[in-house]
Amino acid sequence: MLSLRLYMLQRISALLMAPLVLGHLGVMIYAIQGGLSAAEILGRTQGSVLWFAFYGLFVVAVSVHGAIGLRTVIHEWGGLKGPVLEAVMWAIGLALFALGARAVWAVTFAAGLGA
Amino acid sequence: MTTNKLSVTIERGSDAQEVFEVPAYDNQTVLDVVSWVQQNADPTLSYRFACRVGMCGSCAMMVNGVPRWTCRTHISKVLKGNAVTIGPLRNLPVIKDLAVDMDPFFDKWVGAEGVHHGALTRDDPIAPVDEDSAPRVEANAGIECINCSVCYAACDTVAGNADYLGPAALQRAWTLLNDAKDEGRLAILDAVSGAGGCHNCHSMGSCTLYCPNELDPMSAIAGLKRETARNFFKRGR
Repeated sequence: MLSLRLYMLQRISALLMAPLVLGHLGVMIYAIQGGLSAAEILGRTQGSVLWFAFYGLFVVAVSVHGAIGLRTVIHEWGGLKGPVLEAVMWAIGLALFALGARAVWAVTFAAGLGA
Repeated sequence: MTTNKLSVTIERGSDAQEVFEVPAYDNQTVLDVVSWVQQNADPTLSYRFACRVGMCGSCAMMVNGVPRWTCRTHISKVLKGNAVTIGPLRNLPVIKDLAVDMDPFFDKWVGAEGVHHGALTRDDPIAPVDEDSAPRVEANAGIECINCSVCYAACDTVAGNADYLGPAALQRAWTLLNDAKDEGRLAILDAVSGAGGCHNCHSMGSCTLYCPNELDPMSAIAGLKRETARNFFKRGR
């Protein structure tokens, strides 16, 4: 069920995620030194093109990687195939992207949060 | 020779099991046990074998839930107490009793381009083969496959994905890809890159674990993944 194209997309997104996960974990450890507050996080992320790019790319990679991986699980364990399987993969990918993109937007460029 | 009896459970049909008492001998393979049942207890028992020496690949069955070549498996190696359960190979349609339809297995062998792709005629000189070259070493590692389908029966990916070509066919594709006399490179790479291709393999390793000839289809499939990925960047598809 997994063609070369999907396989490559999943591997390339995994390659992208490896440094992003390490960066994410590193920042988490750094950020909780001396307590954690929404203001501190937003102070770092709001208006930052860098953090928008970092987590924006992360969300794209997760959406691609997760949707292809779940597609395989759903096919092998759930028996779904054909257009239904493709539709489920796209739905999962788009849902992951929507959830992630909304969060990234909210902590970077969304107006009205007031750090 | 002893007078002990073995308790042999044979799976016949999807939920039918029959238990036979078989005399135990000092030297006895699983195939000997099945043959004893067919010759002495129930002549209607269907099973398949030919060479009895591990060359033809026809006698593979599930023994206590795992695939084995029955002609080269000593019964003492698999007995639990004095009992053993023998069933038809997994992942293939059962024809009757212990005989399965091997067609899907061989169709996939061809589907993975497991055929010779020649470019020379009988008038050309014989192409030299360098036995020590790296590709030849890779090819040699997989050419002793006897098509017994033990790896195919062991593969959980085949169980979950009916289109998956399976370890034996993909290993054959890998040996041909590394064969200096085979000219089917692109045809092979395309054949193993489709919906049922090598990229479905989860590297669980049952093929390599259960192969009776101690071949390593999992590594052969990993080689195919590498080659197709390299080719993907080169060709853009």
